Amino acid sequence: MLPAINPENYLTADMNILEIKDLKKYFPIKSGVFSRTVNNVKAVDGVDLNIEKGTTLGLVGESGCGKSTLGKTIIKLLNPTEGQIVFDGNDITGFNTAEVRPLRKDMQMIFQNPYGSLNPRMNVESLVTEGMEIHNIHSKPERKEIAVDLLEKVGLAKYTLNKYPHEFSGGQRQRIAIARALAVKPSFIVCDEPVSALDVSVQAQIVNLLQSLQDEFDLTYLFISHDLRVVKHISDMVAVMYLGKIVEIATSEEIYENPMHPYTKILISAIPDIKKSRENRKIVISGDVPNPIDPPSGCSFHPRCPIAEDKCKISTPELADKGGNQMVACHLA
Amino acid sequence: MENESIGYWKSVWIEFGKDKMAYISLFLILLLGFIAIFQSYIAGNKPIVLVEKGEIYFPATFDYPQFTGTNFKRVYENSENGFAIFPPIKFSPTENDLNAILEPPSTTHLFGTDDRGRDVLSRMVYGARISLSIGFLAVGISAIIGIFLGAIAGFYGGTIDFVISRLFEIMMTFPVFFLILTILAFSNPSIYNIMIVIGLTSWTGIARLVRGEFLKLRNFTYVDGARVLGGSDFRIIFRHILPNSLAPVLVSATFGIAGAILVESGLSFLGFGVPPPEPSWGDTLSQSQKYVDFAWWLVLFPGLLIFLTVTSLNLVGEGFRNAIDPKLKGT
Amino acid sequence: MENILELKNLTISFGNKKERYEVVSDVSINVPKGKIVCVVGESGCGKTVTALSVMGLLPVPPGSVDGGEVIFDGQNLLGLSDKELRDYRGNRLSMIFQEPISSLNPVFTIGNQIGEAIRAHRSVSNEEEKERVIELLELVGIPAPETRLNSYPHELSGGMCQRAMIAMALSCDPELLIADEPTTALDVTIQAGILDLILELRDRIGMAVMLITHDLGIVSEVADEVYVLYAGKVVEKGTRDAIFNSPSHPYTIGLINSVPSLVEKSGSLKSIAGNIPSPKNFPKACRFQDRCEFVFDKCRQEEPLLEKLKEEHFAACYKSGELFNS
Repeated sequence: MLPAINPENYLTADMNILEIKDLKKYFPIKSGVFSRTVNNVKAVDGVDLNIEKGTTLGLVGESGCGKSTLGKTIIKLLNPTEGQIVFDGNDITGFNTAEVRPLRKDMQMIFQNPYGSLNPRMNVESLVTEGMEIHNIHSKPERKEIAVDLLEKVGLAKYTLNKYPHEFSGGQRQRIAIARALAVKPSFIVCDEPVSALDVSVQAQIVNLLQSLQDEFDLTYLFISHDLRVVKHISDMVAVMYLGKIVEIATSEEIYENPMHPYTKILISAIPDIKKSRENRKIVISGDVPNPIDPPSGCSFHPRCPIAEDKCKISTPELADKGGNQMVACHLA
Repeated sequence: MENESIGYWKSVWIEFGKDKMAYISLFLILLLGFIAIFQSYIAGNKPIVLVEKGEIYFPATFDYPQFTGTNFKRVYENSENGFAIFPPIKFSPTENDLNAILEPPSTTHLFGTDDRGRDVLSRMVYGARISLSIGFLAVGISAIIGIFLGAIAGFYGGTIDFVISRLFEIMMTFPVFFLILTILAFSNPSIYNIMIVIGLTSWTGIARLVRGEFLKLRNFTYVDGARVLGGSDFRIIFRHILPNSLAPVLVSATFGIAGAILVESGLSFLGFGVPPPEPSWGDTLSQSQKYVDFAWWLVLFPGLLIFLTVTSLNLVGEGFRNAIDPKLKGT
Repeated sequence: MENILELKNLTISFGNKKERYEVVSDVSINVPKGKIVCVVGESGCGKTVTALSVMGLLPVPPGSVDGGEVIFDGQNLLGLSDKELRDYRGNRLSMIFQEPISSLNPVFTIGNQIGEAIRAHRSVSNEEEKERVIELLELVGIPAPETRLNSYPHELSGGMCQRAMIAMALSCDPELLIADEPTTALDVTIQAGILDLILELRDRIGMAVMLITHDLGIVSEVADEVYVLYAGKVVEKGTRDAIFNSPSHPYTIGLINSVPSLVEKSGSLKSIAGNIPSPKNFPKACRFQDRCEFVFDKCRQEEPLLEKLKEEHFAACYKSGELFNS
């Protein structure tokens, strides 16, 4: 599955469709009569990521770790506080709404909740053709033809064109959302928990669909999920996020077989897996995810870490290359 | 799955149909609208069809120059000059008949006559157009202002919202009825002025409603979705948010129409309304003040019509609100 | 093994006067004393409705129990009045829900709310009550219970709230705990702790648990016995090992294959085709027919009943014999 990555190539721009450097997104907390900024929620706090063309980067983490914010910032639904986003060779960090608009053809997003992400007053045809209409590609009859074609590709029949979102089940709606995103022929799609709201048997259908579409249209995915099982299944590389920071990046095989960060280890052991034997678990973690307004000093994981030492409380570990495309942010790994 | 697809408004309509009272009320409003549109075929002293010397005049309610000053009733009622088909109510609302002043209801004047001998029924028929047009146009004006300001405030938020919200609040501190009275006291009290003044002073309710809906809906995922597709603010406001916030606005507008009709009647009652001889319902009601001790028909008929219209509009609004509100829908 | 709870041929329908549809049809479930029974199924399979009917919390109307019995320790709960039921509810059987934060009242401290559950069924002094609350909070693993009992729900995280909910459910030493998707709203690391707690409570106080979930992973971790529900019917039941080692209903097999595994990596997941039918148009005869890869004529004509495959393993499928052996 995974192409052998030559370290030199890994750093060259033309292989990577997306490069993020030291990306930060803070949400100010305002207070008082003059709306003074008293503090910041550090949702994304210095993230470096590269995504190679045609691959899937899985981003996994628990609620509140900032993975959705990272996805929205990359796609410029939110403006970054600091850092750099290079998409397809262009630095889009400072782009305003008008400058971003033409780029929307190339970068798309699929949302978690298929019940909320489709406008209930629009029928399937207008939902799927809207992107083409916005970017003024193709004539009206051509758009309809393309819509029919796309619907067929995502497994929906032509007669659905005149139907409204409420007439579909969750899985079918997610198919519509996928067709809608594909209509503008993007090269990069942020999938924000695309299967979390779906039933298990339907989840597998959508995951398979996303995989087959990736091959057919040469798509690059950033696949965000809290479910490591799904992420591992669909991704080439997996990044684990904790409290606004990436703590480990590795290939999807490596992350399971040889997790190095204590948080990754705990995450893996906590996942109930029918193919794991019952006795083969588990490292129990104590406490909850700390408040991102006031993250712990040093390594932000240290209050929950079973192996933390004194230095973890003082200095913040940087993401360091451990060889074999694995990078870990831990003093003790 | 391959069955016919039910759109949103159609499902609202099906739901609305389940409320019998609202359904009957809607029928009454439509009937009133029909009367308002075809008023001159229902009441008037000019014939609908006139045949004279082999020429057919239709509709003869139109003012043909050669008939100016003709009293059709006298000329054609049993005539050899040709024949005419009159409206069912053969009196014009402005036709004075000094031989029939303050007559109680009879077979000639079903609703009686007023102090100038004008047929009350005919005045009621012509009053429908005045009341409904004031109601609809005033609310049309206030809806346009309200939706525009509410949408901008709710969508952009921040400073824009702050400024517009203060504007709402300033507007709301004025007692609307007295504001209208004051403005009308200084201007020429024509029917158009009344519409505009009511419209310009009663938009705050709709504006606040739209602002609230926009504040809520702008955080919906499909708005983010439209943004990701590259949709402009214009598209997001008008294609994605507005259609989804329109239903409660229409409910509020229905109540607004009822309100405007009441305001007009109140103004006419106080003598600030539609200037005579325009036959507004409120005007007839105000005449009754002087004869209230015996001319009950001057109180009853306009009062009943205002009551029925306003109640029907409110029931339609209520039925509509229940139809769009999933929480109130029958499980 | 003695059963603490027996559902016998339970049938529940929803709808209005004109249009009624069955959401649970002829479901029988036994919960033995001191065991964890998992009821697994996807949305619309009737698992939550079943649990609510046991607690007497089914909204009537639109719902109604059309047939069957709910026997708790020899007593049919369905015949009881609301007042009589209250003696059972929160006392001998209790329930925890998916959303812990919205299940707690935001204006009272958790100590007060747990205490209330105790006061409702026991006459205790203030000191005894406080002692019991602290004991319960300790039992469910809430650190520093003496200070935590004065916290309001919003001051606790989701995992802590669920622990507080469990403490409340345990306040009168219930013989049966019904847990409806208790960890779905929680993070995996928190979920692991809650599941451990449920296992520990079974072992320590011998409480029976009816755990309702859609996640087969959870089932494999905690279940003693498993009931697989599809479209309001039990399609397969058996011990944990029977279900996972030799699943014999096509739906169970599909469900197991749909879950990606951390251990193995396969190219594409084996999914179940089609969508879950709505209760308004369940297929006649076998309700899984439209999504089944083994379907044949008989499946569309006659409904398959639960057949015994071996000791404590039943499946409702004409092909389950073949599937069991393969």
